[in-house]
Amino acid sequence: MSLTPPTGSERGPIGLHERAVADLRFIRQTMEGASAFTTISGVGLGGIGVTALGAGILAGRTADAEWLSVWVTEAVLAFAIGVLTTALKTRAARLPLLAGPLRKFGIALAAPLVVGAVLTIALARVGMHEVLPGAWLMLYGSGLLAGGAFSIRLVPMMGACFLGLGAATTLAPPAWGPAAMIAGFGGLHVLFGLLVVRGHGG
Amino acid sequence: MAEPARRRSKERAATPPPAPRPARAAGGDREPDALLHHRQRLGLVSALAAADSLSFNDLKGVLDITDGNLSVHARKLEEAGYVTCRKTFENRRPRTDYRLTAAGRQALARYLSHMEAIIRAAKDTLGR
Repeated sequence: MSLTPPTGSERGPIGLHERAVADLRFIRQTMEGASAFTTISGVGLGGIGVTALGAGILAGRTADAEWLSVWVTEAVLAFAIGVLTTALKTRAARLPLLAGPLRKFGIALAAPLVVGAVLTIALARVGMHEVLPGAWLMLYGSGLLAGGAFSIRLVPMMGACFLGLGAATTLAPPAWGPAAMIAGFGGLHVLFGLLVVRGHGG
Repeated sequence: MAEPARRRSKERAATPPPAPRPARAAGGDREPDALLHHRQRLGLVSALAAADSLSFNDLKGVLDITDGNLSVHARKLEEAGYVTCRKTFENRRPRTDYRLTAAGRQALARYLSHMEAIIRAAKDTLGR
């Protein structure tokens, strides 16, 4: 089949035009999808999970104020691990760190994290620590679901798991909160980290 | 029955990869590249143009394609000299990485030019 642009007034160009437009759209979508595949570090997710398991065990032995301090410290540590391992993986793939999909992922994830930080201050001020586990899990899950649109399928799947766990934690008795934190930020990160390493490299 | 199959598999593995044929548009500069006209091969080349290097599993995920189909199309592109394939081991598991060659990048650029020319021609036709 010849796709040479025909001249003249035959009907051909219109059909070919549609095919060409579809091809160009397909190329653009494929390129966007492919570049998203290099942005998530499975090792980083696993590392975040391991430190969260440690934080959960440590936080379980403390009172409310220290419990909050442990998890806030873990959040800062997890952020650093995530940024560092993503930067290393992006560098290994010889891609710019602030490439389109990674930047979009970061922005989508950042919004619920900022909301989480503000809510943490407000709720901790009035002593409502028991609400925090469910809220954190749901907000983090929302961020992953939104950012997952620019990444591999495992990321929105992980987001859905966090969201579901967060909703269950919010509705469950407050005593289940610490266990849900360990299961979510520890267990889910380790599990999905292993899946990412297995399917898409470190 | 399993033994001949295993032998065949070994023979295939021992066969050296074919020398790349010079990449060329099917009908000269006025014809689009027949190799890239296939949707899955076009996707494979486009993905590699964006990500520099992608593993077999990554490509499978991006293109939503079966192992068999991906192998066949990647081999055709490799034979044309559009992509290179590198087989390594990661944690004792075999890993295959694909990379776009300069010829592959040029072929994609030519294909894009053809598509743009077709769109321009259609617009001209509609404008008359």
